[in-house]
Amino acid sequence: MKRFSLIVATLMVVGMVLAACGPAAPATIKIGVNAPLTGDIPKVGEGTKYAAQMWAEDVNGAGGLEVGGKKYQIELVIEDNESKAESAVTANTKMITQDNVLIIIGPQSSKQAVPAGEVANNNQTPMISPWSTNPATTLNRPWVFRACFLDPFQGPVMANFITGEFGFTKAAVLYDIASDYPKGLAEYFKEAWEKLHGAGSVVAFESFTTKDQDFSAQLTTIKDSGAEFLFTPQYYDEVPLIVKQAHQLGFSQPIFGSDSWGSAELTSLCGSDCNGLFFSTHYAAAGATGATKTFIDRYQQKYGYVPDDVAALTWDAFGLAQDAIQACGTISGDIKADRKCVRDALASIKDFKGITGNMTFTAGSGDPQKCAVIVKISDTGEFTFYKQVCPTGMAQ
Amino acid sequence: MAFFLQNVVNALQFGSFYALIAMGYSMVYGVLMVFNFAHGDIFMTGAYIGFFISSGLVALVASGILPLPGWAVLALTILFSMLATSLVGMLVERIGYRPLRNAPRASAAVTGLMIGIILETGNLALLGASRKGFPELIHTVSFDIAGVSITNTRIMIVVLSILLMVALNFFVRHSKYGMAMRAMAFDFVVVPLMGVSINGIAALTFAVGSALAAAAGIFYGLAYPILGPYMGIIIGWKAFVAAILGGRGSIPGSALAGFLLGFIEIFVAAIFPSTVRDLISFSIIMIILTFRPLGFFGEPYSAQLRL
Repeated sequence: MKRFSLIVATLMVVGMVLAACGPAAPATIKIGVNAPLTGDIPKVGEGTKYAAQMWAEDVNGAGGLEVGGKKYQIELVIEDNESKAESAVTANTKMITQDNVLIIIGPQSSKQAVPAGEVANNNQTPMISPWSTNPATTLNRPWVFRACFLDPFQGPVMANFITGEFGFTKAAVLYDIASDYPKGLAEYFKEAWEKLHGAGSVVAFESFTTKDQDFSAQLTTIKDSGAEFLFTPQYYDEVPLIVKQAHQLGFSQPIFGSDSWGSAELTSLCGSDCNGLFFSTHYAAAGATGATKTFIDRYQQKYGYVPDDVAALTWDAFGLAQDAIQACGTISGDIKADRKCVRDALASIKDFKGITGNMTFTAGSGDPQKCAVIVKISDTGEFTFYKQVCPTGMAQ
Repeated sequence: MAFFLQNVVNALQFGSFYALIAMGYSMVYGVLMVFNFAHGDIFMTGAYIGFFISSGLVALVASGILPLPGWAVLALTILFSMLATSLVGMLVERIGYRPLRNAPRASAAVTGLMIGIILETGNLALLGASRKGFPELIHTVSFDIAGVSITNTRIMIVVLSILLMVALNFFVRHSKYGMAMRAMAFDFVVVPLMGVSINGIAALTFAVGSALAAAAGIFYGLAYPILGPYMGIIIGWKAFVAAILGGRGSIPGSALAGFLLGFIEIFVAAIFPSTVRDLISFSIIMIILTFRPLGFFGEPYSAQLRL
């Protein structure tokens, strides 16, 4: 027995020595992916993984990622966070301390991205969450970035779009005062609209309370106010009620919304009443052009379905990482210095051309200045790409 | 003026739902002295039954098996849903209330709450959390009369609701069964001695109340075509308040109170921010009850009355 153990121990030592002395590994760059492969939202994890793998295959297929004249193979380290905050933290810690990844893409949901961002920031490892919209994810964390816009940002975007496209000056807003997302967005929209058109240009600012289904009193006031359009940043199960009741009360002006409209269920619940209306969102598959369309077609061909916004934003997060690594110019092998270099390069990215819109990081913020996509609901109820709209002072 | 009239139209529709549901509460409460807290969920069940029946009929019409115009589909939907929901109501009475008829009243009230939760969560378990869109059975046409917008659906909802209220009142006032119900409300002990079956009348009361809730559910589905498992809770509470405000067992009272509540809510929301709507409307109702504790048409309770 003693001898047996000795043999095993010897073999293990020899094995370890051999592994360490094996053929020199090709120069690789390790990128960590923190994704919910199992748990509540496996579809989100799947989209993340597919987009990441497609990107890595592209880069490696082209001989690797060229940094400072030298090509590096990409090695993905994909960790499952089970859609749980604790697991996302564990996954980040493992990837940072054991796998020595250069940068982390993910997690997607704010629930995991907020605590996982803390780990990345404390360990001075750059992290890009493609999909998390909660301000806390990047707040006061110089090492954490995101590839999507924040919720309140859609207010100014819609204000710009409506002004530019329709030339309206009198706005009406209807929102749920008891829910954070619509309330915040309604207030940001009002602020942006009044900045553009002066105080009093929001002629009706009407609210209701969660679970209300009758909006006739508010809509009567809105109709009476002479507003040229209605902005209502509500969820897809409330929008049909609002739109139908508005039409029944004889309000025939256009109605606009935000990314919370963007569910396939909207059209089935709303029927033809919602056709022709607009909302802002991250990305639209139907009617996409250029690089966005190429991505969609390739993804669909490879995996058999149209990628959702998570996959598209993940793709862009990898694009951002790629730009930052290349801008860095050199991979020194000292992981700490390299991470710092990539972070600094990320923070100064300007006019990144993503498939979900152009992005620019301004000093001191991990939130990109980013253009949003305006979706028009077609006459057959499809969400079609209409236009890209950017915040004031940003190139289209 | 158009603004005012428009809100009157809004309030008439909104009040119809409260009135129809409140009458069901009021009947059960008046006859059996039970707070049927499941009534709001029976309303929800009625709306879902209406959804399935109408979807089925619409599919039959679309496939050409049943060549019916939209209004006929709607009429059949209302009829079948009222029948099916009244069976649900009788079942609730049989399973939930009859075994507790001599139990303390709190137990019966809690039973109502529990049946309500069973109906909600049962629906959630069976049909999932995604919302159902009520089919548009008749094409909505909007009329503009002097700046006031009225749709054919709204007119139909208000007219049918009022017809149902009148019919119910007639039934309770002038039919043999209605007389038995009123007798039971008046004296629970003597009525069986007159050869009236308490169980039969209790079941009938639940059936009629549930049928009205089903009608309200379908009208609600036509006006607000998104159904969810929890749609009956808040409207049920408010209709319950209307039932008490109208006076125990008084059908005209609960109808009136239902419309009044609709008017108060719509006009408060039209004038004030929506956050204070319930605050103001229920403060008004509390003040009314302070001065009229028995409601509009309530009569003092009979001493023997107990269930």
